[in-house]
Amino acid sequence: MLKIVNEIKKELNIKKKKEIFNSVKIIPYIFVSPFIIAFLLFYLYPVISTINMSFQEILGPGDVKYIQFKNYINLFNHDFYDALIFNSWYTFWTLAVLIPLPVFLAVLLNSKLTIGKNFFRSSFFIPALTSVVVAGIFFRMFFGGMETTIPNTILKFFKIKPIVWTFKYHTAMMVLVIIATWRWLGVNIVYFLAGLQNISNDLYEAATIDGANFFQKFIYITLPGLKPVIIYVLTISIYAGYAMFAESYILYPNARTPGNIGLTSVLYLYQQGFDHNNLGFASAIGVTLLLIIFIINTIQLRFFGLFKKAGD
Amino acid sequence: MKISRFNLISKIVIFIIMMIFTIFALFPFYFLIKSSLKPGVEIMRYGVTFDFNFKGVNLDNYLTLFTSRDGIYFYWYWNSIAITTFFTVLSLFLSSMVGYGFAKYDFKIKNFLFLLVLGVMMIPVEILILPLYKLTIFLKIINTYWGVILPFAVSPFAVFFFRQYASDIPNDFMDAGRIDGCNDFGIYFKIMVPLMKPAFGAMAILQTMGSWNNFVWPLIALRSNKMFTLPIGLSSLLAPYGNNYDMLMAGAVIAVIPIIIVYLFFQKYFITGLTGGIKG
Repeated sequence: MLKIVNEIKKELNIKKKKEIFNSVKIIPYIFVSPFIIAFLLFYLYPVISTINMSFQEILGPGDVKYIQFKNYINLFNHDFYDALIFNSWYTFWTLAVLIPLPVFLAVLLNSKLTIGKNFFRSSFFIPALTSVVVAGIFFRMFFGGMETTIPNTILKFFKIKPIVWTFKYHTAMMVLVIIATWRWLGVNIVYFLAGLQNISNDLYEAATIDGANFFQKFIYITLPGLKPVIIYVLTISIYAGYAMFAESYILYPNARTPGNIGLTSVLYLYQQGFDHNNLGFASAIGVTLLLIIFIINTIQLRFFGLFKKAGD
Repeated sequence: MKISRFNLISKIVIFIIMMIFTIFALFPFYFLIKSSLKPGVEIMRYGVTFDFNFKGVNLDNYLTLFTSRDGIYFYWYWNSIAITTFFTVLSLFLSSMVGYGFAKYDFKIKNFLFLLVLGVMMIPVEILILPLYKLTIFLKIINTYWGVILPFAVSPFAVFFFRQYASDIPNDFMDAGRIDGCNDFGIYFKIMVPLMKPAFGAMAILQTMGSWNNFVWPLIALRSNKMFTLPIGLSSLLAPYGNNYDMLMAGAVIAVIPIIIVYLFFQKYFITGLTGGIKG
């Protein structure tokens, strides 16, 4: 028996030496090469090329002029300002809804008092399976200007005239936040449920023995236990909030936002780049957004240490 | 006695809260199905109403959907199936290889490269649409399946997921393979891939769903009507002029059905795939 083990050890040593000679140095790189290629070609190059374009005025193929920071100076305009403010408020409201509400529902779904857990969890998740277009079709019809829609019927009951919800600033914001809630509620619930299942039951039992009530348990055990998941959801929500584009694109005919209502930074980039063919200026928008997202992420990492092991 | 009564009331209250959010989540589907069975003019004129009247329900819209505009809907459907299939297969193959490479080997710039994987996750596609559009024109893959698939074939999230999963597999399996005379690729294909099956399942579901519903990049990369995928095709029906609601509603219903069926069968994988990002 011992002989066999020794034999294997020897064999392994020989193999290891062999590898160092011919392959071990290259093989890891072969495995990760798809990422290296994809990174260089589809991330690094586009970033560099968009930075380069942001200093150009592009009138047509071959007709390119370097105009220094002019595109960036032009960014100080009302439209871009409106778009950034809209993004910020949109991010704020999605965070204000899409963290507390799913935490609440996840706690309920985890409770012994809830019947039909699987059914409810599945139902909440189903909207996440659809594309943004499906959400757009429905909510465009739901918040349309017709007198007979459900929201306008309710207004009529209170003797208020029907309104076109997507054409007023605050109601448009509300519509977009509702769309986000409809699509992502179930996903966030799944995240928080996973977080809840990581919290040891012993903690709750000990707290019960100490006479803690439901709310004390929630504040001193559940919330701290959910902290890593809350940070994760916070991060992806901020990211999604500043990158929001498709919802506005779908909600407004031809992606033309009325008086900058519902105009987000990426939609502005899209309009400038693809509708007005203003490639240089659109690139400047892109670079600025990259910087904003980079800064926000850095601040977050400083505050929360996202990539540290969550064992604090 | 008092406690059980309290429990009963709590149960009822919780049930009501749950029902309210269930209605919120599912009502749009009810509306889509209902209006796909009614003339599009009605939806145009009245929007989403309190009307629960199923009178005059018929399948005309579905007939229109399949016959109008030279059956363009079939093109969209086929494009969606083809792109989703190619994308999922390619992305699983590449991402799992990379993830395995990160998990099981030590090499010089590994930490730096892995930092790049995490960094790339933080760059929204939306910001890069313009340079990527120019690049795909330059590579002559604009308005093709490859143009949609290639730029995102190595998914940083999937790489991350596979790396986590492969890290948890003991190295003994690889050593055993070495003793049997497998080379590194043999170990990957013959030993690791079967061991990572659950990870493949979870990512397959997630990538399929993501690709089927993908909107932003296909919107840019696909330029002609016959190349559109379902989300892009449907959104083109949302044009402000003309009444396309007959096609739109029926088209949306049929686009949603397959993914819901997949979900109902593979719910567990969905959850594993989604929560893989946090548990790591």
